[in-house]
Amino acid sequence: MRPLVIRGGRMIDPTQRVDARVDLLLVDGRVAEMGQDLAAPDEAEMLDVSGCVVAPGLIDVHVHLREPGFEHKETIASGARAAAAGGFTAVVAMPNTDPPIDNPAAVGFVRAAGERAGFARVYPAGTITVGQAGERISEIGELVGAGAVTVTDDGRPVVNSGLMRSALEYCQTFDLPVSVHAEDLHLSRGGSMNEGVVSTRLGLTGIPNAAEDTMIARDLLLAELTGGRLHIQHVSTRRGVEMIRAAKERGVRVTAEATPHHLALTDVAVESYRTDAKMNPPLRGEADRDAVREGVRDGTLDVIATDHAPHHYDEKEQAFEDAPFGIVGLETALGVVLSELVHTGMLDLPTLVQRMSCGPARALGLPGGTLAPGAPADVTVFDPEQTWKVDPTRFTSLSRNTPFRGRRLRGRALRTIVGGRTVWQREAP
Amino acid sequence: MNSVAAPALGKDLLALEDLSPVQITSILDTAEPFKEISERRIKKVPVLRGKTIVNAFFENSTRTRISFEFAEKRLSADTVNISSTGSSVLKGETLVDTARNLEAMRIDMVVMRHGASGAAQFLAERIASSVINAGDGKHEHPTQGLLDLLTIRDHMGRIDGVRVCIVGDVLHSRVARSNIWGLRKLGAEVAVCGPRTLLPRDVETLDVRVFTRIEAAIEWADVLNVLRLQMERMTGGLVPSSREYNRVFGVTQARLNRAPRDVLVLHPGPMNRGVEIDSDVADGPHAVILHQVTNGVAVRMAVLYLLAGGAPELAEAAKRGADA
Repeated sequence: MRPLVIRGGRMIDPTQRVDARVDLLLVDGRVAEMGQDLAAPDEAEMLDVSGCVVAPGLIDVHVHLREPGFEHKETIASGARAAAAGGFTAVVAMPNTDPPIDNPAAVGFVRAAGERAGFARVYPAGTITVGQAGERISEIGELVGAGAVTVTDDGRPVVNSGLMRSALEYCQTFDLPVSVHAEDLHLSRGGSMNEGVVSTRLGLTGIPNAAEDTMIARDLLLAELTGGRLHIQHVSTRRGVEMIRAAKERGVRVTAEATPHHLALTDVAVESYRTDAKMNPPLRGEADRDAVREGVRDGTLDVIATDHAPHHYDEKEQAFEDAPFGIVGLETALGVVLSELVHTGMLDLPTLVQRMSCGPARALGLPGGTLAPGAPADVTVFDPEQTWKVDPTRFTSLSRNTPFRGRRLRGRALRTIVGGRTVWQREAP
Repeated sequence: MNSVAAPALGKDLLALEDLSPVQITSILDTAEPFKEISERRIKKVPVLRGKTIVNAFFENSTRTRISFEFAEKRLSADTVNISSTGSSVLKGETLVDTARNLEAMRIDMVVMRHGASGAAQFLAERIASSVINAGDGKHEHPTQGLLDLLTIRDHMGRIDGVRVCIVGDVLHSRVARSNIWGLRKLGAEVAVCGPRTLLPRDVETLDVRVFTRIEAAIEWADVLNVLRLQMERMTGGLVPSSREYNRVFGVTQARLNRAPRDVLVLHPGPMNRGVEIDSDVADGPHAVILHQVTNGVAVRMAVLYLLAGGAPELAEAAKRGADA
């Protein structure tokens, strides 16, 4: 592999407090050097990216790649390629597949399939409990040995508080964060959207904020009790943000995510029974959306993650209550966050890079998230100004279930570099 | 059918929320001349001759299905019934495939009852035929709302300014939602009354008063629309028992006797006598429940006629056999 010089761009690397016109030299899969007007080795490939942002590769810690078991929705290869097309150099694959990723062989399968695909890096998440059944703790040491970067029963919260306590304690041996989908299933039972005036009008059973808030409260208390590392997925409520903020002030070891859709949309998007706006946790009200935005701005929510949840089109082509939860997000995330938060003046570009690259790397202890010399040569080059229209038929993902269909976005990835190798680049328009 | 005037309705009747006050009034006015057909010795006019209508009931229903069928037959439409038992829906066919198959048979209208909120709109967006929502989940039941409006108008002489309280399981009720929209649009004051477990969140934002005591509701109201209490609400933990429900929320003669004025009592049926309504009320002078049933056929005739392109002002002539 030839060395690569990326020059002329605006390099933003919050880990080094860099936001300037700096060139970058990548050699042998690592960042070799950075500086103004770098002298390039003779054999180096030169890449001029003036007008673009050069950032440490974006990392999405919450994606569903559906393999094994649901390959008609997505595969590890198609998902890793969609990630690269969205500017992500690494993703964490959720374990709620069929069979679930609850043993070291399954972890190894996901990792190997990701490596074979050769797009974004694919880090497996393992399950907290065997078969995600919520009864017995998985052999977490074995999972970590095989390459799992977190454990989670995503989509199926651990109901038993005693078991959750044990997981948070046991994982400390491996300094492993436990990732949680916070939902009290008794409170959310039968619900298909946010509980509020829209659900009342549409005659759909609602999911109250309290279904999420009570579990966030429980898990924060258990993290405080045990000293374990907790990562709270897709926070959608105002109280959730407030409780996490307060817990961090008390020194609880917690990190948390927000999704682009919870940052951009409210439950009004469900009007007319749009199944592409059906996900769990559901789109909430305006006060919640604003609180989640503020949480991302002030760092209470460390990470923006997509919860990329592909479904085949005919699974979404159903009456609202019958359609599955989940939307795709990998190929719209950067554009949505730029359009909704950065170009509106709510968030500056370094903070975006922090939440989509450095923050995720730190939350789950992943390599990358920095362009310091010696770091993996994972780089995302994006044009924050390029406007484009979301056309799901052009997605790389196998699925098209997005509420952003037809929306004009400002900003998109142009080149995704993993380990010094360009794994994806946008064709000139 | 061709008409000179602009069509009173669009392609479908999905929800009263979608209709303007003028459209709702137009349906009620169109129902007036159709009432008389059911009183004749020969109850048939050729208004929908040659039209094919499918009654697709994916949820159990007796009175709504029969009411639609009478309306269709009395207007001379050709009808086919699909019910969930024995239909391909149980064999795993999706709603979208059912819709496409119906479409391929070149039908004119579908009357659909379905357990999922939004199912009628889902169908309407995918087929060119007219869709009439005969109840979709917990969303709306627009023809029930219309027949309730017609019944209230018949007895009160107006709807504007009338105080109507919907009593009972508003949370799970499509009848309640259609009533709220229809009544509000025609200027009635609307309230709901029931245990908070059976009232939807933020229902006040629909410009609706909330009573948690039935006594207060009866004191306020001109009209009570009493909803059926489904037995599964007890097992779901929303109401402790039907006995307690009757004690706390039942519409009883004793409670009506304390009302400051005569209260009109409606019930969409089927009734649980002794639960949400006592027999002496159901069979007494306040109740107009059977009148609702009679009006149901006339309102459904009006809806079928208007969706087929009929003009409201020509309904009288159409009824006499003129090809409108």
